[in-house]
Amino acid sequence: MSDVTKLIHEYLRHNKKFPHVFCAGCGHGIVLGSLVRSVHALQLPKDNVVIVAGIGCSGRMAVYVDFNTVHTAHGRALTFATGIKMANPELNVICVMGDGDALSIGGNHLIHAARRNIGVTALVLNNQIYGMTGGQCSPATPQGDMSMTSPYGSLEQPFDTVDLAKAAGANYVARSTSFHANQLDKLMQEAILHPGFSVLEALTPCPTQYGRKNKFRHVVDMYNWLKKNTVKVEKWKEGDSRIPTGVFQNLDRPGLEERYAELRQSLQPQE
Amino acid sequence: MAHRRRRKRKELFAQGNEAVAQGALLAGCSFYAGYPITPSTEIMEIMAQRLPRIEDGVFLQMEDEIASMGAAIGASLTGRKAMTATSGPGFSLKQELIGYACMVEAPLVIVNVMRGGPSTGLPTSPAQGDVQMARWGTHGDHPIIVLSASTVPECLEMTVVAFNMAEKYRTPVILLIDEVTAHTREKITIPHEDELEVLSRMQPAVPPEWFKPYAEAARGVPAMAPIGQGYRCHVTGLTHDQMGYPTSRPDEVNEFMTRLFRKIDNYYHDVVLVDEYCLEDAQYAVVAYGCVARSARHAVDQARERGHKVGLLTLRTLFPFARPAVERLCMQCEHVLVPEMNMGQISREVKRVNNGRSRIRTLNRVDGQIITPSEILKAIL
Repeated sequence: MSDVTKLIHEYLRHNKKFPHVFCAGCGHGIVLGSLVRSVHALQLPKDNVVIVAGIGCSGRMAVYVDFNTVHTAHGRALTFATGIKMANPELNVICVMGDGDALSIGGNHLIHAARRNIGVTALVLNNQIYGMTGGQCSPATPQGDMSMTSPYGSLEQPFDTVDLAKAAGANYVARSTSFHANQLDKLMQEAILHPGFSVLEALTPCPTQYGRKNKFRHVVDMYNWLKKNTVKVEKWKEGDSRIPTGVFQNLDRPGLEERYAELRQSLQPQE
Repeated sequence: MAHRRRRKRKELFAQGNEAVAQGALLAGCSFYAGYPITPSTEIMEIMAQRLPRIEDGVFLQMEDEIASMGAAIGASLTGRKAMTATSGPGFSLKQELIGYACMVEAPLVIVNVMRGGPSTGLPTSPAQGDVQMARWGTHGDHPIIVLSASTVPECLEMTVVAFNMAEKYRTPVILLIDEVTAHTREKITIPHEDELEVLSRMQPAVPPEWFKPYAEAARGVPAMAPIGQGYRCHVTGLTHDQMGYPTSRPDEVNEFMTRLFRKIDNYYHDVVLVDEYCLEDAQYAVVAYGCVARSARHAVDQARERGHKVGLLTLRTLFPFARPAVERLCMQCEHVLVPEMNMGQISREVKRVNNGRSRIRTLNRVDGQIITPSEILKAIL
């Protein structure tokens, strides 16, 4: 059996009725693959891994993998993850959200999870559009781009997930793309291991909704775009119009659950 | 013969909010997530002080009301007894996730200290305007248990009942109290641990490979596997099959939805709690709940002194509605008065089950003031 087949048998749910919901060319599967490979590489026990997902295409990722999985309400994944991690700090809680989830309806939860520095890994799959509802403009849609709700081009400036998470105080902030699968694996493992709140943004193409409306004729064009328009942060200079990838913030503050355990310890009656 | 010393119970002069917090801790609540809002804040403040001092206790002040609900449901999924408390505007914000908790059958207690509304309304005044919202607030057809308390000792008692019902039936339970009950100070007695019945959710009795998280069970309430104990279940707000995976097959959806209702409907007599006062020979009845029930009791006493045969039915469970008790009342009494601090939310229910047998009268007040005994007495005589 090839390594991939072994991983599939070990980590995907056999009793879930496939096929999955992702369209041809969607980058989400690559990110999910990276998640599975990372959990495998880190040898995390499956019983200890909790995937908390929001709503949308990315939200559907949870059901396929054989971990503890929670498919929550739109934008609220981080709030559930916070409750789960605080209630049982032994668990590895990984939160899977789309750009609509993390930056729009759940934007408040993202910045507060970062401020709180809860020991959760937030995976933001940014395809720059609302895919599942049929291609509406998201807070990550670049200015001027087309969508069903910006038929004349978006007028609004998009959020930069990395800048937002950095400014809000996340312990670990990184970005990769579904084209750079090896880099994604490496960053994913770092993000999962890092104490406190870590944010990993994965740029993933949405050929069906975003590509179709923005003159990407083929799926391959979208992956080539990711290849051409990204650059490692180490090589990136001010004024470069390409998107930097890599690690942007790497702090070593203890997570909220650790601080809470210390507080509880300090409140124990002294013998 | 061994002489057993009578154990002294701890007594407190406490607010309703304090009694709720005490009740929650007695019932085994170890997780609280909330957002400050008048007039429920004291519950949160007490939990902030107490929870870090108990083993594994977690208190979280979340960024908003929605996040509080999310965190509480998350904690409930890991096996914790979780609670959140709020008031009017916050209760509106929590509605979506109340539906989520119904759907995934997460035990949870939500306390709503009612204040004047709509909108910001009267933040420091009592009201009972959230009764129908507690029943129908979240979207979609769903069963729910709504409880109320009319005195400070009852706040403690009903909070324990709320946790027990939540655990027993795997459902969110809403406890409605009003600003007056929440802020009135009265003596409460803290029962010893062994004097209280405290229930916990049923855990799976089979190994993970045989476990079906949403299987048909004898009581209609499936066992619940906490996250992290080897069961690796899927939890989703989508309509799901017995394995917890999303489904839109009509037969599976129907099976799930009917079980959701049945698990509470079948235990109606366990869930519906009422207090009957002087009803044996009553010709005139008052139906009340919350702080109004207290005024009504006083009014009934005064009316009895004057020789009128008046009785009181206090609803401790608002939903499911106490149909048999109210129907009996409507058969027995010529007149039924429903005083409440809204424009008639429970009187609608009373009229619905009356079937024209009795004359239903309402006494409504929406000015942020309580309904006094003399007002009720005047309405009776």
